[in-house]
Amino acid sequence: MSEQTIDGIIEKYRGQPNSLIHALVEIQHENHWLPRDVMHKVAAALQVPFAQVMQIASFYKAFSLTPKGRHEVHVCTGMTCHLRGAAKLRAKVEELTGLKDGETDADSRFTYETGACLGSCSIGPELIVDGKHYGRMTPEKIEDVLKQYE
Amino acid sequence: MSEMTEIVLTIDGQEIKATAGMTVLQAAQKAGIYIPTLCHHEKLEAFGGCRLCMVEVEARGWTSYVVSCVYPVAKDIVVRTRSAKVDKIRKVLVEELMAHAPDAPELIRLAEEYGADRNRFERDASFCIVCGLCVRYCNEVKQKNAVGFIDNGARREISFIPEVAKDECWDCQECFTICPTSYAQAAYLLTEALAFPGQRKVPIKTTQAPEPTRRVIPIMPVAATT
Amino acid sequence: MPKLQSAAELEKYRAEILARRDPAKPCIAVCVGAACDGMDSAAVAAAFVAEGGKLGDKIEVRTTGCHGYCEKGPNVVVTPGDICYFEVQPTDVPEIIAATLKGEVVERLVYKDPNTGAKAVHMNEVPFYKHQTRLLIGDNPKIDPMRIDDYLAVGGYAALVKALTEMTPEQVLDEVKKANLRGRGGGGFPAGSKWETTRNAPEKTKYVIVNGHEGESAAFMDRAMLTGNPHKILEGLIIGAYAIGAQKGFMYTRHDMPLLEKHVRNALAQAKEYGLLGQNILGSGFDFECELHFDVGIFVSGESSALMRSIEGNAPEPRPKYIRTSVNGIWDKPSNLNNVETWANVPQIISKGAEWFTSIGSEKSKGTKLISLSGNVVNSGVVEVPMGTPLRTLVFDIGGGVRDGKILKAIHFGGAMGGSIPADLIDSPLDFDGMSKLGAPIGAGGLLLMDEDTDMVEVARYLMDFLVNESCGKCVPCREGMQQMLHLLTNITRGEGKPGDLERLEDLIEVTGVASLCALGKTSGDPLKSMFRYFKPEYESRISGGSAGK
Repeated sequence: MSEQTIDGIIEKYRGQPNSLIHALVEIQHENHWLPRDVMHKVAAALQVPFAQVMQIASFYKAFSLTPKGRHEVHVCTGMTCHLRGAAKLRAKVEELTGLKDGETDADSRFTYETGACLGSCSIGPELIVDGKHYGRMTPEKIEDVLKQYE
Repeated sequence: MSEMTEIVLTIDGQEIKATAGMTVLQAAQKAGIYIPTLCHHEKLEAFGGCRLCMVEVEARGWTSYVVSCVYPVAKDIVVRTRSAKVDKIRKVLVEELMAHAPDAPELIRLAEEYGADRNRFERDASFCIVCGLCVRYCNEVKQKNAVGFIDNGARREISFIPEVAKDECWDCQECFTICPTSYAQAAYLLTEALAFPGQRKVPIKTTQAPEPTRRVIPIMPVAATT
Repeated sequence: MPKLQSAAELEKYRAEILARRDPAKPCIAVCVGAACDGMDSAAVAAAFVAEGGKLGDKIEVRTTGCHGYCEKGPNVVVTPGDICYFEVQPTDVPEIIAATLKGEVVERLVYKDPNTGAKAVHMNEVPFYKHQTRLLIGDNPKIDPMRIDDYLAVGGYAALVKALTEMTPEQVLDEVKKANLRGRGGGGFPAGSKWETTRNAPEKTKYVIVNGHEGESAAFMDRAMLTGNPHKILEGLIIGAYAIGAQKGFMYTRHDMPLLEKHVRNALAQAKEYGLLGQNILGSGFDFECELHFDVGIFVSGESSALMRSIEGNAPEPRPKYIRTSVNGIWDKPSNLNNVETWANVPQIISKGAEWFTSIGSEKSKGTKLISLSGNVVNSGVVEVPMGTPLRTLVFDIGGGVRDGKILKAIHFGGAMGGSIPADLIDSPLDFDGMSKLGAPIGAGGLLLMDEDTDMVEVARYLMDFLVNESCGKCVPCREGMQQMLHLLTNITRGEGKPGDLERLEDLIEVTGVASLCALGKTSGDPLKSMFRYFKPEYESRISGGSAGK
């Protein structure tokens, strides 16, 4: 994403310290991560100490302080998914990608994350790739799903 | 300015006169009654984080447990700064903190007072008890924001911001002296060593920074525990 | 659409919508709620639109929010007749359309009882639905959440009209108080009293907030309501604002549900366009605006004071103040916060009256309750039953019992801060106070079944692991206490428990419960407390070297 788009978002919130979270959410959404120099720009424009920007950016799970892969692989670890075998899905994803929770591979293909609860408990356990839900997942089916994402 | 309202309350059986707007902790301190605390500082906004200053309050027939650094004085409330329950709370809190900073003198003293066992819980010697004094002092008093909180939950820690610390910390270092575990100093030095070794701003006229009043933590012999 | 200037204009407009509709014209409602969407119901909806389009105007296709029976999605309901089709695939579409046009039913896609093989065609015959009282969720199949006209067609905003034109704010407040509407978010605190506190606070600027955060694991009914029928919640909020005297509202919800965001944004824009938000609503002189806010993925942000900090743009840490947010909330102004389901109840209380509302439910818990039924249950989904309904009805009649023919071991309520009760308490009624006494408070309404294979130590460890990651970390008892509980529970599940571990856990539960700053920490030990009450031998035998579960 272009620097202009980020600057545009920052400009929209210039001088509005209360909009810090909004600004960071938009940048995260567009850019998929929050580079440090961008957070400095946000701090300066919104008149918020950089330390506070860091606090918020590191506090919330939705923000990433490192670049993400092209595809986000998410295993739901909500309670129903857990009771219905999410641990086996995790193990399989970890085996196939070589990643642990929160990591991105060297080719920037996948970022792997776990988290709860996405509210589609009835079709758990679930694998979610780039926002697309794969319900009633089994470890055996995972490889075929991941193959679709290059 | 309206006239200050005087409020009478009872703390540990003593009748105490306080002013409306005061906290129970302030009223107690004014009357010379000691309540332990690790995150309170008179120059800072009440934080209510360490929970050690928790006391028993009886109001309108109800007993509750409140943090005295935040709880406002009120007419006729009865405060007990020690009770079996209060002591138990403090004991367990100190035990929890000693998992991180087992040798901090302040915690050792509190452990003696409340019978806390420094080895009761699984160790994670991070040395920081996340009281936030450094972060809040830097923000509220110095307004430099050279150190902040990062992350959440059990992963929360303090972190110096190298870009700011490089220019701001050399002639301040006041947070080192208010840190109950000496971790602030260690964290700063580590940041300096990693992020701006040898680049710390130095005074132009004098070559020596003013002597900070640092507290040195003695290495404590580990007591045999049963 | 020109702005509606008065109640009369709204009613006239409603009459026009209804006049344009032919109740005999077949309508196919395809659920695109969270679970159905996960089973690719969007492809089913697209197939219906494509096939139906070929027929011109003979058939209407509507994409809707959650119907409820998530287990059997993608769900399709055909009106007239409320014919329910389950697990519908795009390839089934031509057959359904053909049958619908002939007034027939596709037998192979209707409900079939797994034991007797008996079929159920209509919604009120399907066991999952027939034991429910669907006052709140029941409209979902009738509404395309993107169309305000669909909500108006089922009588939407009539309660707002009544409140603004026939009632004073005091009368609205009185009605809600008389209805004894209790907060659905967890505490069960009377909503009317809370409204009154905010109303009576001296500060003129006041706020009302919808807590749509729904961070409780395995609770998904608020999302089903807010995504499926956003105007109902908005109507409740506007009525509440009128009663309280608030000028501004905030909808606080999840960032990770694109459909929810789309529907709510659209609902706010449409309400504004129609003049149901903004200046001088329906000519009543009442002004009200509403803003949308998002959590950014952490559970503690659902805690009321933390949520308000987050709306202010700060880190969502609870405030260490002994003052209620209803007096001292967002930017220190009086702020009344209720959850989605609480607000959703408001319109019907105003329309039908407190007397009607209190005729439903148990002695002290009135109305219906939305329940997210999941875990090791046969029929998972969003369920709505009157308060006081025995858990047995929920678990067996509606839920169809335990999956894979297993035996029920425990029922868990209230997510990570709730509690588990053993199967032999299955006849207890669903009731705020009763369930709290048993140690399994309803919480927001996530009900999980656990079968005979469930390892109760592992469940407690899992819940604690969840909470440790969701804590803000500000106060010691929550941050450190939960971490230590997690260490101990992890050791016990690994067979590395030590003598004294149970005492350590009990001390941690006690101190974390009394000394934590906010509700997250205060209730973090509750699941474990219920475990110690009902399943302690399992813990003891694990520590002394016994085997897992059973």
